[in-house]
Amino acid sequence: MISIHTGIDWSWDSTWEVLPELLTAFLKITLVVTVLSTIIAAVLGLAIAMTIRMAPKPISVAVKWIANFIRMTPIVVQLLFAYYAFLSLDGVTIGVIIFGIHYSTYMSEVYRAGIDSVPKGQWEATTALSMSTGRTWMAVIIPQAVRATVPALGNYAVSMFKDTPFLLVIGVVELVNAGLIFGGNTYRYVEPLTLIGIIFLLASYPTSLLIGRLEKRLAFNT
Amino acid sequence: MDEKFAALGEAMPRLLDGVLITLELTVLGALAAFAIAVVLGLAAAHPSKAARIPARIIIEFFRGTSLVVQLFFLFYVLPLLGVDLSPVLVGIIGLGLNYGAYGAEVVRGSINSVPTGQWEATTALSLGPVQRMYRVIFPQAWALMIPSLSNLLIHLMKGTAIVSFITIADLTYHLDQLKRVTDTVFAYGLVGLLSYFIIALVLTFLMDRLEGRAKRKLGQGIKLTKVLSPTPGTGELAGERR
Repeated sequence: MISIHTGIDWSWDSTWEVLPELLTAFLKITLVVTVLSTIIAAVLGLAIAMTIRMAPKPISVAVKWIANFIRMTPIVVQLLFAYYAFLSLDGVTIGVIIFGIHYSTYMSEVYRAGIDSVPKGQWEATTALSMSTGRTWMAVIIPQAVRATVPALGNYAVSMFKDTPFLLVIGVVELVNAGLIFGGNTYRYVEPLTLIGIIFLLASYPTSLLIGRLEKRLAFNT
Repeated sequence: MDEKFAALGEAMPRLLDGVLITLELTVLGALAAFAIAVVLGLAAAHPSKAARIPARIIIEFFRGTSLVVQLFFLFYVLPLLGVDLSPVLVGIIGLGLNYGAYGAEVVRGSINSVPTGQWEATTALSLGPVQRMYRVIFPQAWALMIPSLSNLLIHLMKGTAIVSFITIADLTYHLDQLKRVTDTVFAYGLVGLLSYFIIALVLTFLMDRLEGRAKRKLGQGIKLTKVLSPTPGTGELAGERR
């Protein structure tokens, strides 16, 4: 007797059972990590870009290569490394720090392009007005350079959001891990994984659209 | 330190197996992604809505749901549908679909940024749609898209590090084994990150070569024959004849 098994029998009971767990993991871990890491990436990225531009050659070359190294190696291995190297810190803290550092190397490239796009005349004007280095950056260069980087920062925040499931390698119960744990306990993987996909889509697609609009507006105003 | 290197030497054959699996996933995943990217990208750049809208939906779907979700979905749900794929195949398909969707945006953008004059010229020469794309538009778009595709390739390579969670014994899996006999800093920090970094540098180097070649074919960039020839004049000629 041959029977074709198409085992997709959607269970609404399981759906309603797992949904609150998923939403809790989403709000408490996934979103928190995304927001905190984005802040770290935005600040540290600017610091890296400024160091590469201003520091003496050996330091700037060293920082550049360290940034390249971090950017070109998998975040999964970085997470595992940091997690086992600093056992006193919990997974979420490690996640926030590693995601922040990893994406700051991407952000630094965006800031670098932003700083390069500030016209030379602006730098000359600050010299003519004999502004201090601090004031040159804070009052003249950064306000102009950062403006164009806002959409890029948003895009990296979205891709960081989609990378947060990597946290499961260090045992953090974020969205995907919460679903897998439910699946492991109940042998039902279809419902949690489908819901997780929908949650990701609902959160990331509208955000991308908003960033696209912001990009157009900022481009028109300059 | 010596005993760690001894342990590394002992683990070397298995680590190299892991590197091969990582490279296999990277190369085959990238080829799948490229095929998907070209098909979806051409459809998304097509003037007719019947081609554009389905392509857009597929692209946004695979970009919007995370790579990890897609991998686990393929791994856990496909067997329920009666489709039993080997984990490596699941990995290749997952990587291909996710990065293919990202690549499709690159392909679409590059095709759309080929100057209008080139499109008009193909009409003036009454080339068919296939010839127009194959002979005129795509070669120019190709040179434009390589830098972005190169970035995506590095992303894809980094993404392969998750596959040990769908039971594939890749480099990251064997690093975990190495960690057990040495320590974290040595296994993940020194051996692991450095190996991945070297792989990434090699991939970047190869993509740079590919970009140089694509540009030379379009008559941009430096011609190799010009660099090698003793007198610039003959080099130019030799380059033209090619």
